[in-house]
Amino acid sequence: MGFLTDSLVSAVLLAISLDRELMEIVMVSLRVSASSTLIASILGIPLGIVVAFETFPGKRFVITILNTLLALPTVAIGLFVYALIARRGIFGPLDLLYSQKAIIIGQVILIIPVIITFTIAAINHIDDRYHKTAMTLGANRRQTALVIFREARYGIVAAVIAAFGRVVSEVGISMMLGGNARGFTRTITTAMALEYDKGEFVLAVALGIILISISFGLNLLFHLMQGRGKK
Amino acid sequence: MIRVKNLTIGLFLSMFVIGLMCTQTLGETLKMSTTTSTQASGLLDVLLPELEKDTGIRIKVIAKGTGAAIRDGIDGNVDVIFVHAKAREEKFVADGFGTKRYAVMHNDFVILGPASDPAGIKGMKDAATALARIAASGSMFISRGDDSGTHTKEQALWKSSGVKLKQTTQSIVKKGKKTQISFFQPEGASWYRSIGQGMGKTLTFADEKQAYTLADRGTYIKYKFGREVPVDLEVLSEGDELLSNPYGVIPINPKTHPHVKFAVARQFAEWLVSKRGQDLIGGYRLLGKQLFYPDAL
Repeated sequence: MGFLTDSLVSAVLLAISLDRELMEIVMVSLRVSASSTLIASILGIPLGIVVAFETFPGKRFVITILNTLLALPTVAIGLFVYALIARRGIFGPLDLLYSQKAIIIGQVILIIPVIITFTIAAINHIDDRYHKTAMTLGANRRQTALVIFREARYGIVAAVIAAFGRVVSEVGISMMLGGNARGFTRTITTAMALEYDKGEFVLAVALGIILISISFGLNLLFHLMQGRGKK
Repeated sequence: MIRVKNLTIGLFLSMFVIGLMCTQTLGETLKMSTTTSTQASGLLDVLLPELEKDTGIRIKVIAKGTGAAIRDGIDGNVDVIFVHAKAREEKFVADGFGTKRYAVMHNDFVILGPASDPAGIKGMKDAATALARIAASGSMFISRGDDSGTHTKEQALWKSSGVKLKQTTQSIVKKGKKTQISFFQPEGASWYRSIGQGMGKTLTFADEKQAYTLADRGTYIKYKFGREVPVDLEVLSEGDELLSNPYGVIPINPKTHPHVKFAVARQFAEWLVSKRGQDLIGGYRLLGKQLFYPDAL
Protein backbone atom coordinates (compact mmCIF):
# COMPACT_ATOMS: atom_id res chain seq x y z
CA MET A 1 0.00 0.00 0.00
CA GLY A 2 3.00 2.28 0.52
CA PHE A 3 3.33 2.59 -3.19
CA LEU A 4 -0.15 3.96 -3.68
CA THR A 5 0.15 6.65 -1.00
CA ASP A 6 3.66 7.53 -2.25
CA SER A 7 2.34 7.92 -5.77
CA LEU A 8 -0.64 9.96 -4.62
CA VAL A 9 1.44 12.33 -2.49
CA SER A 10 4.04 12.83 -5.23
CA ALA A 11 1.28 13.30 -7.76
CA VAL A 12 -0.36 16.04 -5.75
CA LEU A 13 3.03 17.73 -5.21
CA LEU A 14 3.71 17.53 -8.92
CA ALA A 15 0.33 18.98 -9.83
CA ILE A 16 0.64 21.84 -7.32
CA SER A 17 4.17 22.74 -8.40
CA LEU A 18 2.90 23.17 -11.98
CA ASP A 19 5.82 21.07 -13.17
CA ARG A 20 6.89 22.23 -16.62
CA GLU A 21 6.77 18.84 -18.24
CA LEU A 22 3.39 18.09 -16.72
CA MET A 23 1.97 21.39 -17.98
CA GLU A 24 3.40 20.76 -21.43
CA ILE A 25 1.65 17.40 -21.62
CA VAL A 26 -1.64 18.86 -20.38
CA MET A 27 -1.43 21.71 -22.90
CA VAL A 28 -0.81 19.33 -25.81
CA SER A 29 -3.79 17.24 -24.73
CA LEU A 30 -6.11 20.21 -24.36
CA ARG A 31 -5.04 21.83 -27.62
CA VAL A 32 -5.48 18.64 -29.63
CA SER A 33 -8.77 17.63 -28.01
CA ALA A 34 -10.25 21.13 -28.26
CA SER A 35 -9.29 21.37 -31.94
CA SER A 36 -10.80 18.03 -32.86
CA THR A 37 -13.96 18.74 -30.85
CA LEU A 38 -14.33 22.13 -32.55
CA ILE A 39 -13.87 20.72 -36.05
CA ALA A 40 -16.17 17.77 -35.38
CA SER A 41 -18.83 20.12 -33.96
CA ILE A 42 -18.70 22.45 -36.95
CA LEU A 43 -19.20 19.47 -39.23
CA GLY A 44 -21.38 17.29 -37.02
CA ILE A 45 -24.03 19.61 -35.56
CA PRO A 46 -25.38 20.84 -38.93
CA LEU A 47 -25.36 17.27 -40.22
CA GLY A 48 -27.25 16.12 -37.15
CA ILE A 49 -29.84 18.88 -37.62
CA VAL A 50 -30.30 17.99 -41.27
CA VAL A 51 -30.75 14.28 -40.52
CA ALA A 52 -33.19 15.07 -37.70
CA PHE A 53 -35.40 17.47 -39.69
CA GLU A 54 -35.35 16.06 -43.17
CA THR A 55 -37.13 12.92 -44.21
CA PHE A 56 -35.38 10.94 -46.88
CA PRO A 57 -35.30 7.31 -47.98
CA GLY A 58 -32.96 5.18 -45.89
CA LYS A 59 -33.00 7.61 -42.95
CA ARG A 60 -33.44 4.84 -40.39
CA PHE A 61 -30.58 2.94 -41.97
CA VAL A 62 -28.31 5.99 -41.78
CA ILE A 63 -29.14 6.35 -38.09
CA THR A 64 -28.39 2.65 -37.51
CA ILE A 65 -25.02 3.09 -39.23
CA LEU A 66 -24.27 6.16 -37.10
CA ASN A 67 -25.13 4.25 -33.94
CA THR A 68 -22.80 1.46 -35.00
CA LEU A 69 -20.02 3.95 -35.60
CA LEU A 70 -20.36 5.06 -31.98
CA ALA A 71 -18.66 1.82 -31.04
CA LEU A 72 -15.78 2.22 -33.49
CA PRO A 73 -12.59 1.22 -31.65
CA THR A 74 -9.93 3.91 -31.53
CA VAL A 75 -7.25 1.47 -32.64
CA ALA A 76 -9.25 0.66 -35.78
CA ILE A 77 -9.44 4.37 -36.67
CA GLY A 78 -5.76 4.72 -35.81
CA LEU A 79 -4.81 1.89 -38.12
CA PHE A 80 -7.00 3.13 -40.95
CA VAL A 81 -5.68 6.70 -40.83
CA TYR A 82 -2.13 5.38 -40.36
CA ALA A 83 -2.38 3.40 -43.58
CA LEU A 84 -3.49 6.55 -45.40
CA ILE A 85 -0.90 9.00 -44.08
CA ALA A 86 2.17 6.77 -43.62
CA ARG A 87 5.16 7.54 -45.83
CA ARG A 88 4.11 4.75 -48.19
CA GLY A 89 0.40 5.70 -48.04
CA ILE A 90 -1.62 7.92 -50.36
CA PHE A 91 -1.12 11.05 -48.28
CA GLY A 92 2.45 10.13 -47.36
CA PRO A 93 4.07 13.13 -49.04
CA LEU A 94 2.17 15.48 -46.70
CA ASP A 95 4.33 14.17 -43.82
CA LEU A 96 1.38 14.19 -41.44
CA LEU A 97 2.16 11.07 -39.42
CA TYR A 98 3.36 11.59 -35.84
CA SER A 99 2.10 15.15 -35.64
CA GLN A 100 -0.72 16.82 -33.74
CA LYS A 101 -2.61 17.18 -37.02
CA ALA A 102 -2.60 13.41 -37.44
CA ILE A 103 -4.16 12.93 -34.00
CA ILE A 104 -6.79 15.57 -34.77
CA ILE A 105 -7.76 13.82 -38.02
CA GLY A 106 -8.25 10.53 -36.22
CA GLN A 107 -10.15 12.09 -33.34
CA VAL A 108 -12.52 13.99 -35.63
CA ILE A 109 -13.43 10.67 -37.28
CA LEU A 110 -13.94 9.19 -33.82
CA ILE A 111 -16.38 11.81 -32.50
CA ILE A 112 -18.33 12.95 -35.54
CA PRO A 113 -20.79 10.05 -35.05
CA VAL A 114 -21.07 11.00 -31.36
CA ILE A 115 -21.96 14.59 -32.17
CA ILE A 116 -24.38 13.69 -34.96
CA THR A 117 -26.30 11.04 -33.02
CA PHE A 118 -26.46 13.13 -29.85
CA THR A 119 -27.71 16.10 -31.87
CA ILE A 120 -30.40 13.97 -33.51
CA ALA A 121 -31.43 12.59 -30.14
CA ALA A 122 -31.55 16.07 -28.59
CA ILE A 123 -33.78 17.36 -31.36
CA ASN A 124 -36.06 14.32 -31.38
CA HIS A 125 -36.42 14.69 -27.63
CA ILE A 126 -38.10 18.08 -28.00
CA ASP A 127 -41.84 17.87 -27.55
CA ASP A 128 -43.63 17.76 -30.87
CA ARG A 129 -45.93 20.56 -29.69
CA TYR A 130 -43.13 23.10 -30.10
CA HIS A 131 -42.98 22.10 -33.70
CA LYS A 132 -46.71 22.39 -34.21
CA THR A 133 -47.05 25.60 -32.22
CA ALA A 134 -44.32 27.28 -34.22
CA MET A 135 -45.96 26.14 -37.44
CA THR A 136 -49.42 27.34 -36.42
CA LEU A 137 -47.95 30.71 -35.42
CA GLY A 138 -46.89 31.01 -39.03
CA ALA A 139 -43.22 30.13 -38.78
CA ASN A 140 -41.61 28.83 -41.95
CA ARG A 141 -39.41 25.75 -42.01
CA ARG A 142 -36.24 27.61 -41.16
CA GLN A 143 -37.84 29.51 -38.31
CA THR A 144 -39.34 26.31 -36.95
CA ALA A 145 -35.95 24.64 -37.09
CA LEU A 146 -34.48 27.59 -35.20
CA VAL A 147 -37.08 27.27 -32.44
CA ILE A 148 -36.40 23.55 -32.06
CA PHE A 149 -32.66 24.19 -32.15
CA ARG A 150 -33.00 26.73 -29.34
CA GLU A 151 -34.92 24.25 -27.26
CA ALA A 152 -32.43 21.48 -28.00
CA ARG A 153 -29.34 23.57 -27.24
CA TYR A 154 -28.55 21.89 -23.92
CA GLY A 155 -28.69 18.51 -25.51
CA ILE A 156 -26.33 19.73 -28.21
CA VAL A 157 -23.92 21.18 -25.68
CA ALA A 158 -24.06 17.81 -23.96
CA ALA A 159 -23.07 16.23 -27.27
CA VAL A 160 -20.05 18.50 -27.53
CA ILE A 161 -19.02 17.78 -23.95
CA ALA A 162 -19.42 14.03 -24.43
CA ALA A 163 -17.31 14.28 -27.58
CA PHE A 164 -14.60 16.23 -25.81
CA GLY A 165 -14.61 13.69 -22.98
CA ARG A 166 -14.18 10.92 -25.50
CA VAL A 167 -11.16 12.47 -27.25
CA VAL A 168 -9.38 13.76 -24.19
CA SER A 169 -9.50 10.29 -22.66
CA GLU A 170 -8.72 8.13 -25.69
CA VAL A 171 -5.29 6.61 -26.08
CA GLY A 172 -5.34 4.44 -29.23
CA ILE A 173 -5.43 7.21 -31.83
CA SER A 174 -3.06 9.51 -29.97
CA MET A 175 -0.51 6.72 -29.61
CA MET A 176 -0.73 5.33 -33.14
CA LEU A 177 -0.95 8.60 -35.04
CA GLY A 178 0.86 10.95 -32.66
CA GLY A 179 3.62 8.56 -31.65
CA ASN A 180 3.99 9.98 -28.11
CA ALA A 181 6.91 12.29 -28.98
CA ARG A 182 7.84 14.26 -25.89
CA GLY A 183 6.91 17.93 -26.17
CA PHE A 184 5.24 17.39 -29.54
CA THR A 185 2.55 14.74 -29.41
CA ARG A 186 2.74 13.44 -25.85
CA THR A 187 -0.77 13.70 -24.43
CA ILE A 188 -2.06 12.94 -20.97
CA THR A 189 -3.15 9.43 -21.89
CA THR A 190 -0.08 8.43 -23.90
CA ALA A 191 2.15 9.79 -21.15
CA MET A 192 0.25 7.66 -18.65
CA ALA A 193 0.69 4.57 -20.79
CA LEU A 194 4.41 5.34 -21.10
CA GLU A 195 4.96 5.91 -17.38
CA TYR A 196 3.18 2.64 -16.72
CA ASP A 197 5.52 0.90 -19.18
CA LYS A 198 8.54 2.48 -17.51
CA GLY A 199 7.38 1.30 -14.12
CA GLU A 200 7.21 4.91 -12.87
CA PHE A 201 3.74 5.49 -11.56
CA VAL A 202 4.04 8.96 -10.03
CA LEU A 203 3.62 11.02 -13.16
CA ALA A 204 0.98 8.55 -14.37
CA VAL A 205 -1.09 9.02 -11.22
CA ALA A 206 -0.62 12.81 -11.32
CA LEU A 207 -1.82 12.89 -14.91
CA GLY A 208 -4.72 10.63 -14.03
CA ILE A 209 -5.77 13.06 -11.32
CA ILE A 210 -5.58 15.98 -13.74
CA LEU A 211 -7.57 14.08 -16.37
CA ILE A 212 -10.33 13.34 -13.89
CA SER A 213 -10.29 16.96 -12.68
CA ILE A 214 -10.70 18.22 -16.24
CA SER A 215 -13.75 16.07 -16.92
CA PHE A 216 -15.20 16.86 -13.50
CA GLY A 217 -14.74 20.59 -14.14
CA LEU A 218 -16.39 20.35 -17.53
CA ASN A 219 -19.36 18.43 -16.26
CA LEU A 220 -19.75 20.80 -13.33
CA LEU A 221 -19.79 23.72 -15.74
CA PHE A 222 -22.41 22.00 -17.85
CA HIS A 223 -24.49 21.20 -14.80
CA LEU A 224 -24.44 24.87 -13.71
CA MET A 225 -25.36 26.02 -17.19
CA GLN A 226 -28.25 23.60 -17.33
CA GLY A 227 -29.45 24.68 -13.91
CA ARG A 228 -29.52 28.31 -15.01
CA GLY A 229 -31.30 27.37 -18.21
CA LYS A 230 -34.09 25.57 -16.38
CA LYS A 231 -34.87 28.55 -14.11
CA MET B 1 -33.08 -33.12 -7.86
CA ILE B 2 -30.63 -34.30 -5.27
CA ARG B 3 -29.11 -36.67 -7.78
CA VAL B 4 -28.65 -33.86 -10.31
CA LYS B 5 -27.07 -31.75 -7.59
CA ASN B 6 -24.71 -34.55 -6.61
CA LEU B 7 -23.86 -35.10 -10.24
CA THR B 8 -23.02 -31.43 -10.68
CA ILE B 9 -20.87 -31.39 -7.56
CA GLY B 10 -19.14 -34.56 -8.70
CA LEU B 11 -18.55 -33.06 -12.12
CA PHE B 12 -17.04 -29.93 -10.61
CA LEU B 13 -14.87 -31.94 -8.26
CA SER B 14 -13.53 -34.15 -11.02
CA MET B 15 -12.84 -31.11 -13.19
CA PHE B 16 -10.98 -29.58 -10.29
CA VAL B 17 -8.93 -32.75 -9.77
CA ILE B 18 -8.16 -33.05 -13.47
CA GLY B 19 -7.16 -29.40 -13.47
CA LEU B 20 -4.81 -30.01 -10.56
CA MET B 21 -3.31 -33.04 -12.26
CA CYS B 22 -2.72 -31.01 -15.41
CA THR B 23 -0.79 -28.34 -13.56
CA GLN B 24 1.22 -31.07 -11.86
CA THR B 25 2.32 -32.69 -15.09
CA LEU B 26 3.14 -29.30 -16.63
CA GLY B 27 5.93 -28.76 -14.13
CA GLU B 28 7.01 -25.46 -12.67
CA THR B 29 6.05 -22.15 -14.24
CA LEU B 30 8.19 -19.09 -13.76
CA LYS B 31 7.26 -15.49 -14.38
CA MET B 32 10.00 -13.54 -16.11
CA SER B 33 10.14 -9.87 -17.02
CA THR B 34 12.50 -9.24 -19.87
CA THR B 35 13.42 -6.62 -22.41
CA THR B 36 11.54 -6.50 -25.66
CA SER B 37 14.73 -7.34 -27.58
CA THR B 38 15.05 -10.92 -26.29
CA GLN B 39 11.51 -11.65 -27.38
CA ALA B 40 11.38 -9.56 -30.56
CA SER B 41 14.64 -11.10 -31.82
CA GLY B 42 13.09 -14.55 -31.58
CA LEU B 43 15.76 -15.88 -29.22
CA LEU B 44 13.27 -16.87 -26.54
CA ASP B 45 11.25 -18.85 -29.05
CA VAL B 46 14.29 -21.10 -29.48
CA LEU B 47 15.49 -21.17 -25.88
CA LEU B 48 12.26 -21.74 -23.99
CA PRO B 49 11.08 -24.95 -25.72
CA GLU B 50 14.55 -26.47 -25.18
CA LEU B 51 14.48 -25.35 -21.55
CA GLU B 52 11.16 -27.08 -21.06
CA LYS B 53 12.48 -30.25 -22.70
CA ASP B 54 15.55 -30.30 -20.43
CA THR B 55 14.09 -29.21 -17.12
CA GLY B 56 10.30 -29.09 -17.40
CA ILE B 57 10.37 -25.41 -16.52
CA ARG B 58 7.88 -23.24 -18.34
CA ILE B 59 8.38 -19.49 -18.53
CA LYS B 60 5.66 -16.89 -18.67
CA VAL B 61 7.34 -14.01 -20.48
CA ILE B 62 6.42 -10.40 -19.83
CA ALA B 63 8.33 -8.29 -22.35
CA LYS B 64 8.89 -4.65 -21.39
CA GLY B 65 11.64 -2.07 -21.34
CA THR B 66 14.55 -2.81 -19.01
CA GLY B 67 13.39 -0.09 -16.59
CA ALA B 68 9.94 -1.64 -16.26
CA ALA B 69 11.38 -5.16 -16.02
CA ILE B 70 13.64 -4.06 -13.17
CA ARG B 71 10.67 -2.38 -11.55
CA ASP B 72 8.76 -5.66 -11.73
CA GLY B 73 11.71 -7.29 -9.95
CA ILE B 74 11.76 -4.62 -7.25
CA ASP B 75 8.03 -5.06 -6.66
CA GLY B 76 8.33 -8.84 -6.63
CA ASN B 77 5.88 -9.23 -9.53
CA VAL B 78 8.09 -11.84 -11.19
CA ASP B 79 10.53 -14.61 -10.23
CA VAL B 80 13.40 -13.66 -12.51
CA ILE B 81 14.47 -10.82 -14.79
CA PHE B 82 16.49 -11.00 -18.02
CA VAL B 83 17.67 -7.52 -18.98
CA HIS B 84 20.49 -5.42 -20.44
CA ALA B 85 21.71 -2.49 -18.36
CA LYS B 86 24.75 -3.78 -16.50
CA ALA B 87 25.25 -0.92 -14.03
CA ARG B 88 21.59 -0.94 -13.05
CA GLU B 89 21.57 -4.73 -12.75
CA GLU B 90 24.53 -4.60 -10.37
CA LYS B 91 22.76 -1.96 -8.31
CA PHE B 92 19.63 -4.12 -8.30
CA VAL B 93 21.64 -7.01 -6.80
CA ALA B 94 23.50 -4.72 -4.38
CA ASP B 95 20.18 -3.33 -3.13
CA GLY B 96 19.11 -6.85 -2.22
CA PHE B 97 16.38 -7.34 -4.84
CA GLY B 98 18.27 -10.05 -6.71
CA THR B 99 20.61 -12.77 -5.55
CA LYS B 100 23.20 -12.74 -8.30
CA ARG B 101 23.73 -11.40 -11.81
CA TYR B 102 24.57 -14.14 -14.28
CA ALA B 103 26.37 -12.75 -17.34
CA VAL B 104 24.58 -14.56 -20.16
CA MET B 105 25.48 -13.00 -23.49
CA HIS B 106 26.06 -9.79 -25.37
CA ASN B 107 25.26 -8.25 -28.70
CA ASP B 108 25.75 -4.70 -29.87
CA PHE B 109 24.00 -1.47 -30.66
CA VAL B 110 24.18 0.26 -34.02
CA ILE B 111 23.46 3.82 -35.08
CA LEU B 112 20.93 3.79 -37.88
CA GLY B 113 19.90 6.44 -40.32
CA PRO B 114 18.59 7.07 -43.83
CA ALA B 115 20.76 6.06 -46.78
CA SER B 116 21.01 9.73 -47.76
CA ASP B 117 22.87 10.28 -44.44
CA PRO B 118 22.46 14.08 -44.13
CA ALA B 119 24.80 14.22 -41.12
CA GLY B 120 27.55 12.32 -42.92
CA ILE B 121 28.33 9.71 -40.27
CA LYS B 122 28.58 6.65 -42.51
CA GLY B 123 31.48 4.40 -41.55
CA MET B 124 32.36 6.32 -38.39
CA LYS B 125 33.52 3.99 -35.66
CA ASP B 126 33.39 6.55 -32.86
CA ALA B 127 29.74 6.48 -31.79
CA ALA B 128 29.90 9.58 -29.57
CA THR B 129 31.37 11.69 -32.38
CA ALA B 130 28.72 10.36 -34.75
CA LEU B 131 26.02 11.60 -32.38
CA ALA B 132 27.77 14.98 -32.11
CA ARG B 133 27.65 15.23 -35.93
CA ILE B 134 23.95 14.39 -35.99
CA ALA B 135 23.39 17.12 -33.40
CA ALA B 136 25.48 19.63 -35.35
CA SER B 137 23.59 18.91 -38.57
CA GLY B 138 20.22 19.21 -36.82
CA SER B 139 18.95 15.99 -38.43
CA MET B 140 16.06 14.37 -36.64
CA PHE B 141 17.01 11.79 -34.00
CA ILE B 142 14.46 9.42 -32.49
CA SER B 143 15.03 8.38 -28.89
CA ARG B 144 13.38 5.44 -27.15
CA GLY B 145 12.92 7.74 -24.15
CA ASP B 146 11.35 4.89 -22.18
CA ASP B 147 14.02 4.29 -19.55
CA SER B 148 14.96 1.05 -21.30
CA GLY B 149 18.45 -0.42 -21.66
CA THR B 150 18.76 1.15 -25.09
CA HIS B 151 17.69 4.52 -23.70
CA THR B 152 20.22 4.18 -20.87
CA LYS B 153 22.94 3.47 -23.45
CA GLU B 154 21.86 6.39 -25.62
CA GLN B 155 22.08 8.82 -22.70
CA ALA B 156 25.58 7.54 -21.88
CA LEU B 157 26.59 8.14 -25.50
CA TRP B 158 25.21 11.68 -25.48
CA LYS B 159 27.18 12.36 -22.31
CA SER B 160 30.43 11.39 -24.02
CA SER B 161 29.50 13.22 -27.24
CA GLY B 162 30.16 16.68 -25.78
CA VAL B 163 26.75 17.94 -26.95
CA LYS B 164 25.22 20.31 -24.41
CA LEU B 165 22.64 18.35 -22.47
CA LYS B 166 19.58 19.32 -20.55
CA GLN B 167 18.79 17.43 -17.40
CA THR B 168 15.16 16.94 -16.54
CA THR B 169 14.57 16.14 -12.93
CA GLN B 170 11.39 14.98 -11.35
CA SER B 171 10.82 15.00 -7.62
CA ILE B 172 8.97 11.96 -6.46
CA VAL B 173 8.19 10.42 -3.12
CA LYS B 174 9.39 6.89 -2.60
CA LYS B 175 8.90 5.02 0.67
CA GLY B 176 7.86 8.32 2.30
CA LYS B 177 11.13 10.01 1.31
CA LYS B 178 11.60 12.63 -1.35
CA THR B 179 13.92 11.42 -4.09
CA GLN B 180 14.67 12.60 -7.58
CA ILE B 181 14.89 10.85 -10.90
CA SER B 182 16.51 12.53 -13.85
CA PHE B 183 17.31 11.93 -17.46
CA PHE B 184 19.30 13.74 -20.11
CA GLN B 185 18.65 14.93 -23.62
CA PRO B 186 20.30 17.48 -25.92
CA GLU B 187 19.41 21.00 -24.90
CA GLY B 188 16.90 23.02 -26.92
CA ALA B 189 16.86 20.46 -29.70
CA SER B 190 13.82 20.65 -31.95
CA TRP B 191 15.29 17.74 -33.93
CA TYR B 192 15.24 15.37 -30.96
CA ARG B 193 12.13 13.21 -30.54
CA SER B 194 11.78 11.25 -27.34
CA ILE B 195 8.87 8.91 -28.04
CA GLY B 196 8.83 6.60 -25.05
CA GLN B 197 8.15 3.39 -26.94
CA GLY B 198 9.68 0.00 -27.67
CA MET B 199 12.47 -0.73 -30.12
CA GLY B 200 10.24 -1.91 -32.95
CA LYS B 201 8.01 1.13 -32.73
CA THR B 202 11.06 3.40 -32.58
CA LEU B 203 12.41 1.81 -35.77
CA THR B 204 9.19 2.34 -37.66
CA PHE B 205 9.02 5.91 -36.35
CA ALA B 206 12.59 6.58 -37.56
CA ASP B 207 11.75 4.89 -40.85
CA GLU B 208 8.67 7.06 -41.35
CA LYS B 209 10.56 10.23 -40.54
CA GLN B 210 13.81 9.09 -42.23
CA ALA B 211 15.63 9.99 -39.04
CA TYR B 212 18.60 8.67 -37.05
CA THR B 213 18.23 6.37 -34.09
CA LEU B 214 20.11 3.96 -31.84
CA ALA B 215 18.97 0.33 -31.98
CA ASP B 216 20.07 -3.10 -30.87
CA ARG B 217 21.29 -5.11 -33.84
CA GLY B 218 18.84 -7.98 -33.31
CA THR B 219 15.69 -5.93 -33.59
CA TYR B 220 17.19 -4.04 -36.54
CA ILE B 221 17.95 -7.24 -38.49
CA LYS B 222 14.44 -8.44 -37.81
CA TYR B 223 12.91 -5.22 -39.11
CA LYS B 224 15.32 -4.91 -42.03
CA PHE B 225 15.45 -8.46 -43.36
CA GLY B 226 12.56 -10.25 -41.71
CA ARG B 227 9.62 -8.24 -42.96
CA GLU B 228 7.74 -7.90 -46.18
CA VAL B 229 8.17 -4.15 -46.05
CA PRO B 230 11.67 -3.64 -44.65
CA VAL B 231 12.52 -0.48 -42.75
CA ASP B 232 14.32 1.97 -44.97
CA LEU B 233 17.28 2.53 -42.63
CA GLU B 234 20.97 1.62 -42.87
CA VAL B 235 23.64 0.82 -40.28
CA LEU B 236 25.81 3.94 -40.39
CA SER B 237 28.02 3.58 -37.33
CA GLU B 238 29.00 0.35 -35.58
CA GLY B 239 31.82 -1.43 -33.79
CA ASP B 240 32.54 1.08 -31.02
CA GLU B 241 33.42 -0.46 -27.64
CA LEU B 242 30.77 1.84 -26.14
CA LEU B 243 28.11 0.15 -28.25
CA SER B 244 28.52 -3.24 -26.60
CA ASN B 245 25.31 -4.53 -25.04
CA PRO B 246 25.62 -7.17 -22.30
CA TYR B 247 22.63 -9.15 -21.07
CA GLY B 248 22.25 -10.55 -17.57
CA VAL B 249 19.73 -12.76 -15.84
CA ILE B 250 18.92 -12.24 -12.16
CA PRO B 251 16.73 -14.42 -9.90
CA ILE B 252 14.71 -12.32 -7.48
CA ASN B 253 15.93 -12.49 -3.87
CA PRO B 254 13.61 -14.67 -1.75
CA LYS B 255 14.72 -12.71 1.34
CA THR B 256 13.08 -9.58 -0.07
CA HIS B 257 10.13 -11.36 -1.69
CA PRO B 258 9.49 -14.69 0.07
CA HIS B 259 6.80 -15.72 -2.42
CA VAL B 260 9.12 -16.02 -5.45
CA LYS B 261 10.10 -19.43 -6.79
CA PHE B 262 13.77 -18.92 -6.12
CA ALA B 263 15.02 -22.51 -6.57
CA VAL B 264 13.41 -22.80 -9.98
CA ALA B 265 14.60 -19.34 -11.01
CA ARG B 266 18.17 -20.29 -10.06
CA GLN B 267 17.87 -23.53 -12.00
CA PHE B 268 16.78 -21.52 -15.04
CA ALA B 269 19.67 -19.06 -14.69
CA GLU B 270 22.17 -21.88 -14.33
CA TRP B 271 20.76 -23.63 -17.37
CA LEU B 272 21.23 -20.43 -19.40
CA VAL B 273 24.94 -20.18 -18.48
CA SER B 274 25.53 -23.95 -18.84
CA LYS B 275 27.21 -25.32 -21.97
CA ARG B 276 23.81 -26.38 -23.29
CA GLY B 277 22.22 -22.93 -22.92
CA GLN B 278 25.29 -21.11 -24.16
CA ASP B 279 25.55 -23.33 -27.26
CA LEU B 280 21.95 -22.61 -28.10
CA ILE B 281 22.52 -18.85 -27.73
CA GLY B 282 25.73 -18.90 -29.82
CA GLY B 283 24.09 -21.06 -32.44
CA TYR B 284 20.99 -18.92 -32.82
CA ARG B 285 20.77 -17.38 -36.25
CA LEU B 286 18.29 -14.75 -37.30
CA LEU B 287 17.97 -14.71 -41.07
CA GLY B 288 21.43 -16.24 -41.32
CA LYS B 289 23.06 -13.73 -38.98
CA GLN B 290 24.48 -14.39 -35.53
CA LEU B 291 22.86 -12.06 -33.03
CA PHE B 292 24.11 -12.98 -29.58
CA TYR B 293 27.56 -13.96 -28.33
CA PRO B 294 27.65 -16.20 -25.24
CA ASP B 295 29.51 -14.68 -22.29
CA ALA B 296 29.66 -17.57 -19.81
CA LEU B 297 31.81 -20.13 -21.62
